Amino acid sequence: MDRLEPLDRRLIERFQHGMPLCAEPYRAMAEALGCSEQALLDSLRRLQERDALSRIGPVFEHSRAGASTLVALAVPAERLEQVAARISQYPEVNHNYRREHAYNLWFVLTGPDRASLDRLLAEIETDTSLAPLDLPMEHSYRIDLGFSLENLP
Amino acid sequence: MTPLDDLQAVRLRRLLEEGLPLEASPYRLLAERIGATEDRVLAQVQQWQRDGLFRRVGLVLKHRALGIHANAMLVLDIPDAEVDAVGERLSAAPGVNLCYRRPRRLPHWPYNLFCMVHGRERASVTAHIAALLAELGLSERPHKLLFSTRAYKQCGGRFAPALDRAHG
Repeated sequence: MDRLEPLDRRLIERFQHGMPLCAEPYRAMAEALGCSEQALLDSLRRLQERDALSRIGPVFEHSRAGASTLVALAVPAERLEQVAARISQYPEVNHNYRREHAYNLWFVLTGPDRASLDRLLAEIETDTSLAPLDLPMEHSYRIDLGFSLENLP
Repeated sequence: MTPLDDLQAVRLRRLLEEGLPLEASPYRLLAERIGATEDRVLAQVQQWQRDGLFRRVGLVLKHRALGIHANAMLVLDIPDAEVDAVGERLSAAPGVNLCYRRPRRLPHWPYNLFCMVHGRERASVTAHIAALLAELGLSERPHKLLFSTRAYKQCGGRFAPALDRAHG
């Protein structure tokens, strides 16, 4: 899974943090990398096919774009798969992970405002009979959702 | 340039949250779907960029498919008076992708500082974090390492109100 074509790797390194906001962004990106627009689109589709590319475009700043919170549930082991699938069905849920802890299911809830999150948290509690931990961000010391493929631990 | 009307703007945000189409003129396709012109859609997106609505614009990757198999959430309990200083130092450390302060939820959850560390494998991430904590003098502070063992869902946030369903 680790072997990437050189163009795919360069595309990842170059365009996680910014891309041209113009009518033909892929053409502009191709020019920057010295390849054809078709080669660039092929590279993006290749990354998508191997499930490495979630999407391309804006990542919204949640303090400006709406409200979000990190939620944890302590799910009994025998119910974990079922509860995880139920939680993933909510369109407002993203990044739903199993983690090694008594709080074993962790996900991010997003919505247009805090009141919508409160309604969702209440719904999840009713739905699962589990008390969610509601852990909204109070301060961000660094936000950098992109990552480098070099120098990884 | 006349901006988009409110409904068009909300629908555009919804579409952007799903990602740009992989076609030569992605904004033209989005414009067709919301009944606007390409120029106005592009002007709106550029305006949002200037207004700071976007954290970043670019490729959004799924790390597992790229050989990044270890994803640890490091949580620490740091006294309120010190947490900001510790957060600043940790966030500047190599390998720390995100660093947030969040509320404690006593008695269930005592930790108030959260960092995400990604790497190729678990052992190297564990060693990296241990070295980092030692270097910053944090080894003795209450902390836990929560590795993720399965991703059930990974996608972008859905912030825009759900108008699409009502307006087709």
